[in-house]
Amino acid sequence: MTVRVRLVVLAVVFVLAIGAAVGYLIYAKAQTANEAAAAPAVPETSDVAAILAENHVVFRSSALGDSYGKLATVALADPGGPRAVLGSSCERVYATWTNGVCITAERGIAAKYGVQMLDAQLQPTLSTALTGLPSRARISADGSMVATTTFVTGHSYAASTFSTATVLQRADGTVIGNLEDFATTVDGKPFTTVDRNFWGVTFVDDDTFYATAFSVSAAKTWLVKGSIAKKTMTSLRSDAECPSVSPDRTRVAFKIRQGAAAPGQWHLAVMDLTTGKQTVLAETRSVDDQVEWLDNDHILYALPRTGADATVSDIWSVPADGTGTPAVFIPQASSPAVVQR
Amino acid sequence: MYVTLRGTPGKGSTTTDSGPGRSIRKRVPGAVLGLGFVSLLTDISSESVAAVLPLYITVVIGMGPLAYGFVDGIYQGVSALVRIAGGWWADSSDRPKWVAAVGYGLSALSRFVLLITQGFWFITSTIAADRIGKGLRTGPRDALIATASDPDHLGRNFGVHRAMDTTGALIGPLLAFAVLAMFPFGIGGYQTVFVFSAAFAVMGVAVLVLAVPDLRRRSRDAKDAGADGAAEPVAPPRKLRLADLRQPGLRRLLIAAGLLSVVTVGDGFLYLALQDGGQISAQYFPLLFVGTNAAYLGLAIPLGKLADRIGRGKVFIAGHVLLLASYALAASHFGGLGGAVATLLLLGTFYAATDGVLAALASREVPEAARATGISAAQTVVALARFASSILFGLVWQVSDRSVALLVMGVGMVITVPIAGWLLRIARPASAAVTQ
Repeated sequence: MTVRVRLVVLAVVFVLAIGAAVGYLIYAKAQTANEAAAAPAVPETSDVAAILAENHVVFRSSALGDSYGKLATVALADPGGPRAVLGSSCERVYATWTNGVCITAERGIAAKYGVQMLDAQLQPTLSTALTGLPSRARISADGSMVATTTFVTGHSYAASTFSTATVLQRADGTVIGNLEDFATTVDGKPFTTVDRNFWGVTFVDDDTFYATAFSVSAAKTWLVKGSIAKKTMTSLRSDAECPSVSPDRTRVAFKIRQGAAAPGQWHLAVMDLTTGKQTVLAETRSVDDQVEWLDNDHILYALPRTGADATVSDIWSVPADGTGTPAVFIPQASSPAVVQR
Repeated sequence: MYVTLRGTPGKGSTTTDSGPGRSIRKRVPGAVLGLGFVSLLTDISSESVAAVLPLYITVVIGMGPLAYGFVDGIYQGVSALVRIAGGWWADSSDRPKWVAAVGYGLSALSRFVLLITQGFWFITSTIAADRIGKGLRTGPRDALIATASDPDHLGRNFGVHRAMDTTGALIGPLLAFAVLAMFPFGIGGYQTVFVFSAAFAVMGVAVLVLAVPDLRRRSRDAKDAGADGAAEPVAPPRKLRLADLRQPGLRRLLIAAGLLSVVTVGDGFLYLALQDGGQISAQYFPLLFVGTNAAYLGLAIPLGKLADRIGRGKVFIAGHVLLLASYALAASHFGGLGGAVATLLLLGTFYAATDGVLAALASREVPEAARATGISAAQTVVALARFASSILFGLVWQVSDRSVALLVMGVGMVITVPIAGWLLRIARPASAAVTQ
């Protein structure tokens, strides 16, 4: 090939490549608009107060359109019914009768992450900055303690690995501490390995909590039980992530790796806290979520849809005793928090 | 037989580099600009994906970064091993351009796979393919730059290449977030980023295949022979031998670079130290990387030129002294925001003074037949030593605190710099070494 031919071929490749990319951009824009228009409309209501007055579920809307990523709530008695969408955009939400927490993310080159405390009407009261991608959020039942977990990239011992930051704070924003600074005992020995990580707190009351401990080098997770007042944690068992305590406080639900085919795949299980007996639940798909108890017999969790709908997730429910089959509880939603008397 | 010049460039080069021809020689060779352009396009491609991948994996695939981070760490090790293999393959086949093309092609291919799949193993496999491609191509590409360059302008030419490469790394994330900002919801934004990434990767491979000359040892030897006025190029094809790598000069360079890298604090830690010291708030964390790259971009060429003039070993060592200064600033958090900016500039200057210069140094310490292997060996040693350093630094940080950890690394650097300086000095006799 002569130089001239080469340059012509190169120019053609450039024009085709850039043309294809720009063409795809235009196509994808149109496609996204169509999807939003074609998506089954989720009924909405503007009467937030009416929903908040009764038992309700607070969640993050994943309906394609204006409400995508917004804080929303729906009556517990009619979870598929009209939802009230609020102003805050949240990656992860949690709420009680007295307050709520919304982990926010502003995308971009300098992405900003933050914790927004919400009042009983789910209106923002206080915002503080957070480092890292939002992952989990929980509040103790009495509304006094807040736990958030973020994934911090760059805070690493090797350039590409990750680390988590799980921070406990009071509802007024006072930081209690990072779980890494708690005195932790795993399998009877002090857990001081440099690559230790903690995530997924669930509160029993305003002092006792459960969480996940992880060592990168051991590639192993443990369920730990902790005390905020004593700043201690002790392991109960291995292979349990993102625990969630049942309303009657007799059981803990979590994700297990056991039998999973690949990293990034988990099954859901429930453990009896008195007998230690583990029951694997009927959900066969991999779930990566911190589950929420609907009542003492059912749990809720979010699952993303597959294919082109992957940014839409639904909240599913499954019996907590290993029987039954999963069913959609709230469509186009994630991060559920059940608020009931 | 051919001549390798070791030592301070500019003193008694064997090529016609003085007199009227000098101004022409000073131009950056087309092959270097071509390879720079290839790297620029490829970096736009890879950095645009890297910028959105954590979001894509967590938000779209709905997977915790845990599993991803763990697997990603393993692939880093694969990349280091593949790098040596790529250098060896390029040298033993004497087709560095085509080995590099395989590497760039593999990375380009991985973008297309990313477009059509969503499963966990597919995502990690595409990341692995990209890393393997990167490992394969780096040694041959740097060997091509060295082959295309006049020895007197090696440092400058590597600087030009690294500056273009860094430009791509700065454009990539901007492009990605600009595209993503056009899609308030849905998967379309991510897929469009992947399509753009694939387009830039294809353009990079096209520039390499169509516009970068297929430089081989024989042709280069022939050209030199011609320039020297010899009647006919007679250099026979020369096989790569293991002995080519047993050069005392290369050994000393590897030891010096390895020692210095063990006491080099990773940028992530330095950024954290700045944030820990309260000089930079959490949300600007990703911008620190931009500040460092901007300094790298601006100084890669001037420092490359300086290395050509005063000696590459000296600039390489001086870069580490500047890094020491950045530790001191970060540990003392002196000067508030100004001190933080100075730390970033020092870090960028360190990269500008060491990254391309190391490739230039390594390319002169081995016979031409082992050039790609020699360069990739030096880069692998640095990568492995930095990995060890990050574990060491993390340990010290955990048992003490940030300032103590920086102090330990700083003291290590103070001890290592004279040793490395001595190693590089004795590797630099003023006379030309003749190798067969």
